[in-house]
Amino acid sequence: MENLKAKSFALRQDVVRMIKAGKAGHIGGDMSVMDVLVSLYFHEMNISPENMDDPERDKFVMSKGHCVEALYAVLAAKGFFPIEQVIEEYSQFGSQFIGHPNNKLPGIEMNSGSLGHGLPVCVGMALAEKMNKSQARVYTVMGDGELAEGSVWEGAMAASHYKLDNLCAVVDRNRLQISGSTEDVMHHDDLAARFAGFGWNVISVDGNDVDALNAAFDVAKTVKGKPSVVIANTTKGCGSPVMENKAPWHHKVPSEEEYSQIMSDLEERKEAALHE
Amino acid sequence: MNKIPNRQAICDVLMEHAKEDKDIIVLCSDSRGSASMTPFADTYPEQFVETGIAEQNLVSISAGLAKCGKKPYAASPACFLSTRSYEQAKIDCAYSNTNVKLIGISGGISYGALGMSHHSAQDIAAMSAIPNMRVYLPSDRFQTRCLIEALLKDEKPAYIRVGRNPVEDIYEEGHVPFEMNKATVLCEGTDAAIIACGEMVKPSYDAAKLLKEEGISVTVLDMYCVKPLDKEAVIKAASNAKVVVTAEEHSPFGGLGSMVSQVVSENCPKKVVNLALPDSPVITGTSKQVFDHYGLNAQGIADTVKKLLGR
Repeated sequence: MENLKAKSFALRQDVVRMIKAGKAGHIGGDMSVMDVLVSLYFHEMNISPENMDDPERDKFVMSKGHCVEALYAVLAAKGFFPIEQVIEEYSQFGSQFIGHPNNKLPGIEMNSGSLGHGLPVCVGMALAEKMNKSQARVYTVMGDGELAEGSVWEGAMAASHYKLDNLCAVVDRNRLQISGSTEDVMHHDDLAARFAGFGWNVISVDGNDVDALNAAFDVAKTVKGKPSVVIANTTKGCGSPVMENKAPWHHKVPSEEEYSQIMSDLEERKEAALHE
Repeated sequence: MNKIPNRQAICDVLMEHAKEDKDIIVLCSDSRGSASMTPFADTYPEQFVETGIAEQNLVSISAGLAKCGKKPYAASPACFLSTRSYEQAKIDCAYSNTNVKLIGISGGISYGALGMSHHSAQDIAAMSAIPNMRVYLPSDRFQTRCLIEALLKDEKPAYIRVGRNPVEDIYEEGHVPFEMNKATVLCEGTDAAIIACGEMVKPSYDAAKLLKEEGISVTVLDMYCVKPLDKEAVIKAASNAKVVVTAEEHSPFGGLGSMVSQVVSENCPKKVVNLALPDSPVITGTSKQVFDHYGLNAQGIADTVKKLLGR
C-alpha cells in the first residue's frame, strides 16, 4: 500500500517548487491542507481522470480556493495533468493554472476563490445526487477564516434541513488567517458546538495525520440522516519550522535560502514517514 | 385586459415540461407565492427546493444542482436575487458556467410603495456586466412563454426579469414572432426608433400609434434580449430614423439605454434619449402612478419623440 504520509510531504515539495517558480501562492494553507487532500483523493473519494464523465463519481469543491496550489499538486499526482507543466505555467502570462480553481482544467468541478461558496454549492450537488438516487458523495474543504462568511451557515442550515448524509465538509482548522490568529480576527473556538447546533455530525481529528483523516472519512460515511463535518486541526505551514504557525507565511514566497531549508525539511519529513 | 402576469406564464411552461423532464427543478427563497410557483411546488414537490429566506444559498444550491445534471430555475424577488446573491450569480453560475436560470420576479418598481429596498432598478446593469450571463426582460405573457421554452433547450446561465402585475397583451397566442436573441420589430418607420424592454414595450408601442395619428412614423423594437443585445436590429432601426429613444424600467445607468447608446454612437451616430427611472428612490405609488409621474407611459414617450423631432 502506498505510504500516503510520505506522499503528502512529496506533494508539499511540488507546491513549494510551484510557488517559487510562479512567485505567488498561499503556501501556509497549502501546507496545512495537504494531508486532507491526500486522504480525500487517495483514500476516500472515487475521483480519477478516467471517471470524470461518470455521473456516479464523487464530487469535490475546493472552497478555500486560494490553496489551489495544493490541489494542483494532488490532481497532478492523480494524473489529471503533468506536475512539470503546472510548475512551469502556474501564474504565468496566459496560463490556465491561475491562483484559484477553474473548471476549464480537468478535475476541477467548480470555480472558486471568493470564500463561502463551496458548502452551499455542495448542498445543491448533494441534493441532486439524492434526487438522482446516486451513491456518489460530495466533499468540500473550507478554511477556518472562511467560516466568518454568512453564506457558509446558510449552507450548513440547508444541509441538515435536507438531511444530506452524502455531504461531508472539512474545515482546515489551522487557526491563522491573513491578519493573524483566527481567534483574534473572529473567534471560532466553539466550532464543534456550532456545527452540532446546526444539526451536523461533528468529527474532530488531527488534520495533519493522514491515518486519522482516513478513519474520520470512513466514519462520516456511516452516519445517516445528517451531514458530517471533519474539523481537521492542522498547523499552518506544516512541514517546515521556517513556516509553521507564522501568519506572514499565509502567502509568502520563499527566498532562495528559505526555499532550500523548506525543501530540505520536507525531504526529512518524507524520509521519516517512509521509515515509520 | 389580460389578468395573467408573466411570472405565472413561467410557472405554466415549467409545469408543462416538468411532467416529462424530471431534471427541471424550481427553487424559491420563501418566495413561491410571489413567484406564482405554488402550483409547481404542490404538483411536483420532488422537483421543488425551498431554501428559506437565503438568496445566496438559493443561487449556490442551484449551481450545485446544475453541476449534477439538473435544470434549476431559481425564482426570487429581482431586488434580492440581483444584488444579495450577485456574487453567487457571478461565480457559481456565470464563471463556473452552470445551467442556472435566475428568475427575478416583481422586477423594477413592481413592489411600488414598499420602497427602494424592494425595487430592482439596477439589475440589468449588474447582471449584464457579468461575462457569460445573459439578461432577458420579456414584454408580455406570450413572449415570456416563448422565451422560457427557448431557455429550456439550452444549458447556459441566464437572468430573466419579469414584473409583478399582469401586462396588456402585445402578441397573440400561438402567433408570437419570436426568435431567440433577436429583437422583435413591432412596427417600422423613418422618423424615430423607440427601443424598449419589459414593461416599457407596451407603452412604447402605444406611443407609436399616437405618433402615427400625427403623421410621425416610428420603428418600435421589443428588445427582450438585453444581453446579448440584438445590435443588428438596433443599427438597422437607428440608421433608418432621425432620432432614437430608449425606454426601460431601470436606473439611467448601465441599462438598455446605455447599451443602445453605445451601439448607435459607434455605428450610426445620432441623437439618443434614454427614458428611465431617476437616479434616486422613486416616488411612492403603484407601478402605473410611478410610470405616469416620470413620463414612462405612451404619452410621455410620444412627447419625447415629438420634442426631439421639433414637432
